[in-house]
Amino acid sequence: MSLSHATPMLARGGRHTALSGRRAWLIIAAPAVALFLAFWLLPMVKLAGLGATAPTGETANAYWLVVSEPRYWKSLFNTVGLSLAATLATLIIALPVGRFLARHPSFPGRRVLMSLLIFPLAFPGVVVGFLVILTTGRQGVLNTLSQLLTGEPTVLAYAMPGLFIGYVYFLLPRTIGLLTAAVEGIDKQWLEAAQTLGASTWRRFVDIELPALTGALTAAGAMCFATAMGAFGTVFTLGTRIDVLPITIYDEFTNYANLPVAAALSVVLGLSTWAVLYAANSLAASR
Amino acid sequence: MTHSRFDTRLGLGITLAVTAFLIGPVLLSVTAGLTQNYFVGLKSGLTFQWVVQVWDLYADTIWRSYGVALATLAVTTVIGVPAAWVLTLFPGRLSRLLEELLTLPVAVPGLATALALIVSWGSTGWLRSSVAFIVVGHVLFTLPFMIRAVRASMQGAELVVLDEAAATLGASRRQRFFDIIVPAAKSGIVTGALTVVTLSIGEFNLTWLLHTPLTKTLPVGLANSYASMRLEVASAYTLVFLLMLLPLMVGLQWLATRTHRTGSLALGASS
Repeated sequence: MSLSHATPMLARGGRHTALSGRRAWLIIAAPAVALFLAFWLLPMVKLAGLGATAPTGETANAYWLVVSEPRYWKSLFNTVGLSLAATLATLIIALPVGRFLARHPSFPGRRVLMSLLIFPLAFPGVVVGFLVILTTGRQGVLNTLSQLLTGEPTVLAYAMPGLFIGYVYFLLPRTIGLLTAAVEGIDKQWLEAAQTLGASTWRRFVDIELPALTGALTAAGAMCFATAMGAFGTVFTLGTRIDVLPITIYDEFTNYANLPVAAALSVVLGLSTWAVLYAANSLAASR
Repeated sequence: MTHSRFDTRLGLGITLAVTAFLIGPVLLSVTAGLTQNYFVGLKSGLTFQWVVQVWDLYADTIWRSYGVALATLAVTTVIGVPAAWVLTLFPGRLSRLLEELLTLPVAVPGLATALALIVSWGSTGWLRSSVAFIVVGHVLFTLPFMIRAVRASMQGAELVVLDEAAATLGASRRQRFFDIIVPAAKSGIVTGALTVVTLSIGEFNLTWLLHTPLTKTLPVGLANSYASMRLEVASAYTLVFLLMLLPLMVGLQWLATRTHRTGSLALGASS
């Protein structure tokens, strides 16, 4: 046997001992895994199983009911529509903010500005709902102004428009940071070259910046969409008559004690938000 | 690289408008919480009476929220730091799968997680009626943030090499963990801790379904006050909550700029 054959075998043996040394560490991850299994994965499996049972007074199982009954469809449709609209609006508003912040890395007051933009990140949905009531509710600023100027009342808070405003409110701080980082990551040489060749600001934006930002926009969009789909606190504050999926789930559970349908809807909602996030993350990673 | 004047002005304009959109309502709420009569306006005079009333009515929810947050922090630190180290040691596909799994309680709506917990553990009487039930939910929701923050600080430090060197010198696993790994991950642990406490104090979606009349937390109390209290009291309660968040957010941002991590804070309250 020649030496050139022996060396890789030695190396492999060395790596093997290092690995078995590492394996002994695995045990310390056990508590986290056990907690996850006992309090999340197994309960979720049980919840999914519950969705396959028939609610009292029904013969079909809850998944079938969820798929076949128009009122659940309507709820899902509303939720998807609202989430898509809020996501689009958020991306369109956050992109120029991200561009501005990335292109101006130091100006007086930038730190304060960033803090103000990031602070609402920590607000739970209930608080966002309350802020929407304060601004566009019955006693809100918007209504006062509207009555002063036109004599007509303007109340948005307790229906879809108010919910839309609330969703954009809590999505913006999550998105601005992501897009700022993405714009900072664009290779400036391309933009400089395009400028030298005489491309206008708009052309550079469309031909260079937007394609470079597609991955970040997709990832941020998916995050927004998934967050909006599952949001509960905001709509809970604004009024439980707004027909979106989280409220339907909550109603089925508390008001109708219809656990199978609540379970089935939760599983559908959970799977769809997870799938959107997973697909977008894989897409962003493959770029 | 020069930027066109129009581009810059438009960007500045939109940025300022967004800031006003985000902060204006907060200022409105703070004002409402400190005014005698919100409908009359500021001319009715400023007062602390609503804040005092909030303290009388809801002080228990405030203390309970701090308690839940600290308990959540203790659990996520004790189980999260070791888990982060194991994920750092094994950067393979299985690790990624494990991390993906542990992140599920964040990706899946809190409502679903809460229902699953109630279905499986709701009949365990002592657990259902105690604050521990809420802590369990909060741990599931915040653990991925702790793990991510700690992992980020472990990756920069070439820890794996350091650890193996210490092992060859005869240091026990326990010694290496507490003398090498934990100190090296210190900044990540602090970031993770602030994130966990911030998220726990504001958590509503899980807590609303998991709480009992005797285990109300601050956001649960907020939701009650929004539904049944006059605007001034609800605003004063919100003000107290914002004051609790403020030092946590300032700390998080200070850490983020200190570690030169651009972009956003890895945080997102339950909406």
